[in-house]
Amino acid sequence: MVKKQNKLLPLTGNEAVANAMRQINPDVVAVFPITPQTAIAQAFAQFVADGDVDTELVRVESEHSAMSCVVGAAAAGARSMTATSSAGLALMWEILYVASSTRLPIVMPVVNRALSAPINIHCDHSDSMGARDAGWLQLYSEDGQEAYDNVILALKIAEDKDVLLPAMVCLDGFITSHSVEAVQLLDDRTVRRFIGAYKPAHPLLNVQKPVTVGPLDFFDYYFEHKRQQIEGMENVFKVYKKAANELSKLTNRKYPLFEEYKTKDAEYIIIALNSTCGTAKAVVDEMRKQKKKVGLLKIRLFRPFPKKEIAKAIEKANVVAVLDRSASFGSDGPVFLEVANAIHDMKKKPILAPYLYGLGGREIGMAHIRQVFEELPKVAREKKTPAVKYINLREK
Amino acid sequence: MKDIYEIRIHGRGGQGAKTAAHILACSALESKHFIQAFPEFGPERGGAPVKSFLRISKKPITIHESIKEPDLVAVIDPTLLLNKELILEGLTQDKILIVNTNKSIEQVRFDLGFKGKIYTLDATKISLECLGRNMPNMPILGAIVKVSKLFSLKSLKQEFEKEFKNKIGKENVTKNTDAMERAFNEVDA
Repeated sequence: MVKKQNKLLPLTGNEAVANAMRQINPDVVAVFPITPQTAIAQAFAQFVADGDVDTELVRVESEHSAMSCVVGAAAAGARSMTATSSAGLALMWEILYVASSTRLPIVMPVVNRALSAPINIHCDHSDSMGARDAGWLQLYSEDGQEAYDNVILALKIAEDKDVLLPAMVCLDGFITSHSVEAVQLLDDRTVRRFIGAYKPAHPLLNVQKPVTVGPLDFFDYYFEHKRQQIEGMENVFKVYKKAANELSKLTNRKYPLFEEYKTKDAEYIIIALNSTCGTAKAVVDEMRKQKKKVGLLKIRLFRPFPKKEIAKAIEKANVVAVLDRSASFGSDGPVFLEVANAIHDMKKKPILAPYLYGLGGREIGMAHIRQVFEELPKVAREKKTPAVKYINLREK
Repeated sequence: MKDIYEIRIHGRGGQGAKTAAHILACSALESKHFIQAFPEFGPERGGAPVKSFLRISKKPITIHESIKEPDLVAVIDPTLLLNKELILEGLTQDKILIVNTNKSIEQVRFDLGFKGKIYTLDATKISLECLGRNMPNMPILGAIVKVSKLFSLKSLKQEFEKEFKNKIGKENVTKNTDAMERAFNEVDA
């Protein structure tokens, strides 16, 4: 429970996440450094060295090996975690699918960073958005507090017998990962009681009930197995609500599928994820004082995508601006596509306005978000979705 | 106090601009403020000009943008004063500048052409005398606390001790907090 003595601590996003991992006390953690994730691995290695956890820390030689290591450990029956960013996630690609398709509930913080080339260590969402079809849950976090809470929540959902899927918890590189903010941790015991003792579904090490993991599976049963995997992802919604309510009772914070910030009567809504949402809230507050009916919809759960609920939440708006922090070369941004799909068969629906922003850490501030809101009445008058607009970009 | 008090600290890589912002954040949080401290990350190398930022507020801070119009700018390294544009960026004439220098306030005002409040201290000298080495970020912390009046010197010293006692030992903690205190007393605010 959150008690008075659970005071606010000055922690970076990475430290907050590492503390969630400490409290989870996984059986196995594989670590490989990559900016801006490295501080998670570093802090966790310190917890291991200090004896705060009894985790087997495996120092691997690449992210492909890190993911392979936790897949092996999870298949054996161990509660297993790792963390990564950017190119590290890209190098895990092959094994991401093995983790999800083998139904291993691995939880992995992803500290969002741009992909090369040119080389760039700063924030955008190209890494995790590229992995959105890999069969992992994806939760996005506005700040260090939310990242901490999401790691604990993700573990509870991932390990549920109706889900058994791995989960990524995404937070913005540097903006969140390296900012010191006030974070409230639960008691260690409270976290351990919430997540419970790990009971692996089909552990390899159970010699009483031998199983084979990862055999050939061709045109005979592969498709049926994929169907089950889709079902597992669908089940997330009901499991999520139960776990979120339970965690909410412990923290006094809320974990909706997405956060509706002053959207109820909003004519103009911005949809975004991660740290930009905090900045957008300040803009919404400011514009509300000037009687502008604006609001923010912050996506928390991106995989699975709660399309029915989001469609309902924005149905009354005139225009909804969708802010993507990753490009889908040759198509619209991934968040835009999801929202467009969510509303496509509604009779009365808002006009969508696509925006691309913040690639490679390009600044997005209150002024930029204000400008987006100010452009939306014109979109309403023109009554059609405009071409994608780029925020804070030099163009001739 | 306005809703969010914003501080920018200039230093050179290795001088502890990031640590300074971190300690201030810890002390401010302990004094019941909400906080946000973040460094500016570029290519990391010792000696390069670096900046760190701090927001202190009575209300929760949700914005995640860089600080453009700081209420207070502190300069840890005197050689950075040569780059006027860097130091004065976004610093309006009604705001505060704290500088580590052995020059007079009038001279700094003349060199920079800044009309706002200027506070000077010889943080390098204080650091050399108290610590035996050049860590001017410690006296600068004392000066920031004195000038901003956001929280007490006691709170700053306590937080520093809490953070660093295990790392550098009690004796070194005292040397650092002495440097903070001396700067606090010497700055005329």
